[in-house]
Amino acid sequence: MNRRSEDRRSYPMSSIAPAEIVSSKAILSGPIESGDLPHWFREQQRAAWEKFESIPRPTRKDQAWRFSNVDLLDLVPFKFTPELSDDDRRNVLQYSHGLDEFSGRMIFAGDQLVERNIVSEELKKRGVIFQPLERAMVEHTDLFRKYFMSTEASLGSAKFAALHQALVSSGTFLFVPRGVEIEAPIEIFHWLRGENVSVFPHLLLVADELAKVTVVEHFRSCDQRAPGFACGVNDLIAGPGAKVTYVCAQNWGNNVVALQMNTTAVDHGASAMSLNLNLGSRYSRFESLSRLVGEGARSDLLAVAVAMNEQEFDARTLQDHISPQTASDLLYKNALDDRARCTFGGLIRVEPHAHFTDAYQKVRNLLLSDDSEANSMPGLEILADNVRCTHGATSGQINEDEMFYLHSRGIPTKVAQRLIVTGFLNEVIQRLDQPSIADYLRGLIDRKFGRSR
Amino acid sequence: MKTENKAVDIDRNRGDFAYPEVHIRDAGRGLSEKTIHYISDVKEDPDWVREFRLRGLKTFLEKPLPTHWASKDLEAIDFDKIRYYLAPGSGAKRSWEEVPEDIKRTFERLGIPEQERKFLAGVEAQFDSEAVYSNIKKAVGEQGVIFVGSTEGLKNHPEIFRKWFGKVIPIGDNKFSALNSAVFSGGSFIYIPPGVKVKHPLQAYFRINAESFGQFERTLIIADEGSEVTYMEGCTAPKFETVALHSAVVELVALKGAKLQYITVQNWSSNVFNLVTKRGLAHENAEIKWIDCNIGSRLTMKYPGVVLKGRKARGEVLSIALAGNGQHQDTGAKMIHAADETTSNIISKSISIGTGRATYRGLVHVPKHLKHCKNNTECDALLINSTSRTDTYPAITVRGTGNSVQHEASVSQVSAEQIFYMQQRGLSEAQAMSLSVNGFVNDLVRQFPMEYSVELKRLIELEMEGSVG
Repeated sequence: MNRRSEDRRSYPMSSIAPAEIVSSKAILSGPIESGDLPHWFREQQRAAWEKFESIPRPTRKDQAWRFSNVDLLDLVPFKFTPELSDDDRRNVLQYSHGLDEFSGRMIFAGDQLVERNIVSEELKKRGVIFQPLERAMVEHTDLFRKYFMSTEASLGSAKFAALHQALVSSGTFLFVPRGVEIEAPIEIFHWLRGENVSVFPHLLLVADELAKVTVVEHFRSCDQRAPGFACGVNDLIAGPGAKVTYVCAQNWGNNVVALQMNTTAVDHGASAMSLNLNLGSRYSRFESLSRLVGEGARSDLLAVAVAMNEQEFDARTLQDHISPQTASDLLYKNALDDRARCTFGGLIRVEPHAHFTDAYQKVRNLLLSDDSEANSMPGLEILADNVRCTHGATSGQINEDEMFYLHSRGIPTKVAQRLIVTGFLNEVIQRLDQPSIADYLRGLIDRKFGRSR
Repeated sequence: MKTENKAVDIDRNRGDFAYPEVHIRDAGRGLSEKTIHYISDVKEDPDWVREFRLRGLKTFLEKPLPTHWASKDLEAIDFDKIRYYLAPGSGAKRSWEEVPEDIKRTFERLGIPEQERKFLAGVEAQFDSEAVYSNIKKAVGEQGVIFVGSTEGLKNHPEIFRKWFGKVIPIGDNKFSALNSAVFSGGSFIYIPPGVKVKHPLQAYFRINAESFGQFERTLIIADEGSEVTYMEGCTAPKFETVALHSAVVELVALKGAKLQYITVQNWSSNVFNLVTKRGLAHENAEIKWIDCNIGSRLTMKYPGVVLKGRKARGEVLSIALAGNGQHQDTGAKMIHAADETTSNIISKSISIGTGRATYRGLVHVPKHLKHCKNNTECDALLINSTSRTDTYPAITVRGTGNSVQHEASVSQVSAEQIFYMQQRGLSEAQAMSLSVNGFVNDLVRQFPMEYSVELKRLIELEMEGSVG
């Protein structure tokens, strides 16, 4: 397949806002007037900014933000990223290692495109579009406008979705035409580079009828300690019979505040699978809305988090069954150490007439320290009667028998603990059924344990 | 006995309402400080109770409706139109003809005695249960048990009740506990002395009948060290009520090693908002068990809770909710673990019929540094019709490595295979359905006292009629 050495060429940085305007501007001063973006798009951004300003900041009293440390969402210190120097670019490129094999790749730092590896000629010929947002909105306006931020953020972050829309300047647009199957994954990197800077990662993926694609996103910081802000939006559209897999490896630096709003729409006979690995950031809120819009649609929602020190992960999900004969399956697992906190607020909603729904939701927390805290709010709203819906939430600690067994084999406590935690999380990763991605994710988890112990 | 005499005093008070300067209608509709003073005057409250009521009123007026998480239906309550105090004897001003047909039919089917029907329908303020009540009082009185109304309890036994009154559920707990604190009347105050095990359940049913029932009753039960008691309120028969709001506060205190069991069967008529705050405080080795059964009302919001304050305390909530056409049963449980080795168990079963909606809302809190705490939560929901709705909204917080919590919920409909099997054996579809539903709740119903479980089963059959086919 396409090794990363092939077809590598850097992509000109034409349409990003020029550095002199951006350099030290605070994000709360509003959208940047860039002449390179189409007029209609800038109009939308202005409207979104007004919306952002009109919605009040969330408080813990809002049901959608219950248990969440909303005090951390102070956006005053954050700025836009100044234009990258050539050194910056080289540096970012050098560290952008992900999977061994991929079909295409885009690398962003501070929302500025550093590199784009085009998908193979063969795929291009078959009509696959893989472009940065600002180009897609010009060259494929109709397609772009049809899908771009077309679903309201309904899980609490409407304010931040508006912020994202107002300030987004680049991102990825991927269109896979009817019947096209892309074998190796598409990779996207988003880097935070600099102190107190912000990024607004965007992915719009449209898989047409019977198309098949896997996308892996990497969120990283150049400086592990630098404070930063990330506010991403992600729209996956799986057309009839399509098969979409999305993996996100969130590994922002330790002082980053991150918000991510993902929406998946699954049409009839299609299936979508998403896996979110949460390792980095100080505070990360992750909203995932899965809409089963067509008959026979299926959605798998997976997530793994390893939370240490003061880290706080807040996951909110909605499995929205709109059509009959749909299935969804959610499995979230968290391992918590030190003073870390995890919150899960999930809902299975079965709309009227969505009969023969089969929905499942399971959250498991493994508490490794006395100061860690897990909050679970698994919810059900069922408005149809011919359904099977179950959910479960457990919170517990390492089984003493398992520890004893490993001890008796001469394995020291720390190693034994790590083995058990890895095994606990592995159940989720295995569900991906893509060994190379699973290996990569396991490697990231190991490195996190290695760093801390 | 002393307490007996006091009970008689209450009866005499009824006659006292003929005082020309205190008109029964004066409390009127709406709520103001005047209402509070009126209630306090009539009840001859001690000063500290009057102050307590006024604080309640202030808090009630300050607090917003909890509609940010709860049903918007709450906004339908018109607080200015409600009578907050109906003096005893003035409650029954209805004639038998005014009682809706369906309620009469239910009485018929449940086999409730004529006299009792009239009481439940609000046609008669009381029926002849004085004798039963006196017998209970006599039996338990010999053991030193105090079993009186709220007014009498606060007036005559402040040394026992004042210590815990308003402590388990403070005035400001929520808007409706504040409302209750302001205007409470009726309810039971019970004290069980150390080591006393009350053999027969104490029943509010009889006590209420003897005293006329308030819509804002207040109950406080204190089980002293090593004692045991079971308390039952309500009844399976529908209670016809024209008043739109029922808002009670129930506080339970189980001291070291005590066992307290509280059974509620709620079957208000379908125009009633039933917004009740219930909480127990379990000390070391004590056990508090709520058995809660919600059948009637327009909207019920009730989440019995246990604060597990002492080591090895145990809390349990078993609940059944039946949401018929147009009803919303928003029920659940709260378990606050506050000591090591505490355990709690929540089992909730709900059935939604027609356009009924059943909601489970739960809270489990295990703070850090506690060891060996356990919680188990199971919620099962059954949906009968395609217009039925069910929701589950638990919130679980766990800190530390010594504790384990598990929550499980499932939603299903009656299996077509089961129905087919039963129909094959000659049962009608409706019969098969109600048999299935009875099976669904059976393991919980079995824990109810005999007469309750029999009536409950009949009631489920009744509710199921016409919902199928």
